[in-house]
Amino acid sequence: MADKAVLTGTYFMNGDYACCEGALAAGCRFFAGYPITPATEITERMSRRLPELGGIFIQMEDEIASMAAILGASWGGVKAMTSTSGPGFSLMMENIGLGICTETPCVICNVQRAGPSTGLPTLVGQGDMMQARWGSHGHYEVIALAPSSPQEMFDLTIRAFNLSEQYRIPVMIMADEVVGHMNERVVIPRREEIEIVGRRKPKVPKRDYLPYHPDPDGVAPMANCGDGYRIHITGLTHDERGYPGMDEATQAQMVNRLIQKIAGNRDKIIRTENVYLDDADVVVVAYGISARSARQAVRDARSGGIRAGLIKLETVWPFPETLIRDVAARVRALIMPEINAGQMVLELQRCAGGACPVHLVSHFGGSIIHPSTILSVIKDAIKGRK
Amino acid sequence: MKTKKAEKTVPEHPMEELIRSERLPHIWCAGCGIGTVFGSVMAAIQKSGYDLDKTAIVSGIGCTARMAGYIRLDSFHTTHGRALPFATGLKLANPELKVLVVSGDGDLLAIGGNHFIHTARRNIDITVICVNNLNYGMTGGQLAPSTPFGAKTTTSASGCPEEPFNFCYLASACGAIYVARWTSLHIRRLTNSITEAMQKRGFGFVEILTPCPTSFGRRNKIGTALETLKFYHERSVIRNDIDPKEAPIDFGSNIVVGKFVDTERPTFLDNYQLSCKNQIGDWPDFEGTMVQENQTGRQDIL
Repeated sequence: MADKAVLTGTYFMNGDYACCEGALAAGCRFFAGYPITPATEITERMSRRLPELGGIFIQMEDEIASMAAILGASWGGVKAMTSTSGPGFSLMMENIGLGICTETPCVICNVQRAGPSTGLPTLVGQGDMMQARWGSHGHYEVIALAPSSPQEMFDLTIRAFNLSEQYRIPVMIMADEVVGHMNERVVIPRREEIEIVGRRKPKVPKRDYLPYHPDPDGVAPMANCGDGYRIHITGLTHDERGYPGMDEATQAQMVNRLIQKIAGNRDKIIRTENVYLDDADVVVVAYGISARSARQAVRDARSGGIRAGLIKLETVWPFPETLIRDVAARVRALIMPEINAGQMVLELQRCAGGACPVHLVSHFGGSIIHPSTILSVIKDAIKGRK
Repeated sequence: MKTKKAEKTVPEHPMEELIRSERLPHIWCAGCGIGTVFGSVMAAIQKSGYDLDKTAIVSGIGCTARMAGYIRLDSFHTTHGRALPFATGLKLANPELKVLVVSGDGDLLAIGGNHFIHTARRNIDITVICVNNLNYGMTGGQLAPSTPFGAKTTTSASGCPEEPFNFCYLASACGAIYVARWTSLHIRRLTNSITEAMQKRGFGFVEILTPCPTSFGRRNKIGTALETLKFYHERSVIRNDIDPKEAPIDFGSNIVVGKFVDTERPTFLDNYQLSCKNQIGDWPDFEGTMVQENQTGRQDIL
C-alpha cells in the first residue's frame, strides 16, 4: 500500500509544496494557518493533505490565532506547524515568545516577501531575518533555517521539526518568495531513510516530574496534556515546577537556561555548506535564494582565476560564529548578499571582528540579486587589497 | 462546600485533589468574586465526572486567568486574549480532552473578541467561563467592554463614554450551544450551569457577574463586596430561556440572569470529519505542476 504521508519519488514541485511534504514526512499532523501571499500554497496544500492522513487542518481567523493554535496542538501531543509571510509573521511574534518561554516544539515557515508593511506581496525579500532573531520581546535564543531550493524546503522542514522536538523550541524556516514559488526537482526519499526525532518523554514517576527540570543537555523532557502529569504551563517567569516566580533569581535561572539550551548546543545545531573554502582569498557568506546567486558568482570568479569561496548558511540562527572568525582571519574579505538593507551582515561583521573587510551586497527587494552583481563585488574586494 | 471532618494528622485542603495548595495564598483581593467562581468551577468539574487527567484548563491574562495556576489539572496560562485559539489547538489535537477556558471580560471580549466570535461560530467543543467584573482588575481598574455607560474607571474618570457589550447576546448570535449568566451569589445555579455546559458537546458560555471591590466598587461608590452582592441579590431577576438580546446588564433597573440558550449543533470536529470523507474531484489549476517522474516512465499528476 502506498505511503500517503511520505510520497517517495522524484517530482517537479514548488517550494511551498515541498515544505508541506517535508512537514508531513516529519510527522506533522496539525496545521493552523491564514492565507497570505506568497505562503498561501502551503496552507492550501496542507488543507488537502492533512485530512487524508487523519490530521487536522484549520484555517484560523488570523495569524495570532494560528500561532496560538499550534502551541495548543503541540501540548496536545501532535507535531504542529503554521506558515505565513511578513505581515502575518509580525502578528505571530507575541505567541512565538510564548512558545519560546513555555518551550513548546512547533514550526513556523515564513515565506518572505519584501517589506516593510504590506510591501511587495508577490515579490521576494529577505527583510525578516532580524525579526526572526529579536521580533518577540525579551531576551532568548532562536533556531532559524534558510532553504534555498524546493529540495531544501523539503529537507529543512524535516530538520526544523527535528530541532523543535530536540530542543523544545519553535523553529523558524526563513524561506522567501522565489524559493516558495519556483518549481524544481524534489526527491522525496523512502520513509526509512528519513531521520525523525521524537518528543523526549518524562522518565520519572508522575509525582516527581518537574516540567522544566532539564537533562544534562539543558532540555527538559516534556509531558503532553492528558498524560496525567497535571502540568502547569505559563508565560510568566517560572521555576522548574512551572510555577510563576516573580523574582530576579527565577528570572535569571529561566532566561539563562532558555539561552544556554541553544547556545550550549550550537555545534549540533549549526550547519553550513562550505564550498572552495580551503584556498579562498575572498568568501561569500549567503543564505536562502541569495545563496544560489552567490554560488554562481563564486563559480564565475573561479573560472576567472579568483580564488573565491562560499559559506552557505543552512542555519541562520544561531549564527556560525566560530567558523566565521576562523575564516575571517585568513581571507582578504567576506561578502554577504541579502535582499534587505543589511541585516545578517551585521552579525557577519561582528563575528569577523575587524579581521577582514566585510562587504554587503544589498538589494531592497522585488527580485533576486544577479550573480554578476556579487561577482563585481568579489572582484573589487580582491583589488581593494592589492 | 463544607470541610471534611478534621483529620488528626496535618489537615488537608478540602479541595486538595483540585487545588495546588502549595501555591497558596492566591493573588486575588479580599472580596473578589473570582474565588467563588473558582469554587464553582472545581465543584462542576468534580460533578461532571470527567477523568481529571484528561481535563485541561486554558486561560489568557488577567485576574481570572490566574485560576489556571491554582488548579491541579493540566493548565495553560497563555497570552492576553489568546486562550481560545490555544484551546482550539489543544482540543483538536487531542479530542479526548475536556477543555475549559477561564477568562475575564477584557481578556475574552476586548483583546480576544475576534477569537470569541470565531471559536463560537466553529462550535469548538470547549466550555468558556467568563468572569465579568466590569473592568480590568489586574492593571488597576481601567474601562472594559463590559463597563457600564457612565461608570468611573481609571481611564474614564469622568464616566465611561462607551456602551457595554451584552456578552450572552453575542455568544448566542455567534452560535454558542449553551449560554447562561449568573452572579457570584448564585453559587448553586452557577455550578449547575458550568456542569451542564461541560456535559454538552460544543461551545458553551457561562458569564458570571462578580464584585471587584478594590477597583470597580471603590470608584463607583458601590461599596464593599458584600454590599455589591446585596445589590446583585436585590436586582437579579432569573428569566430562563429568554432571548439574550432581551437581557442586557442594566444597573439602572434589573440584572437579568438565567440560562438563555441550550441547544445542539454539530461541532467543528463532527463537520470536519464528515468533510474529510468528501471526494475533492477535479481541481484543474491547483496541483498540475506537481508531476512525479515514475520509474516506469509514467508521469503521475498528484
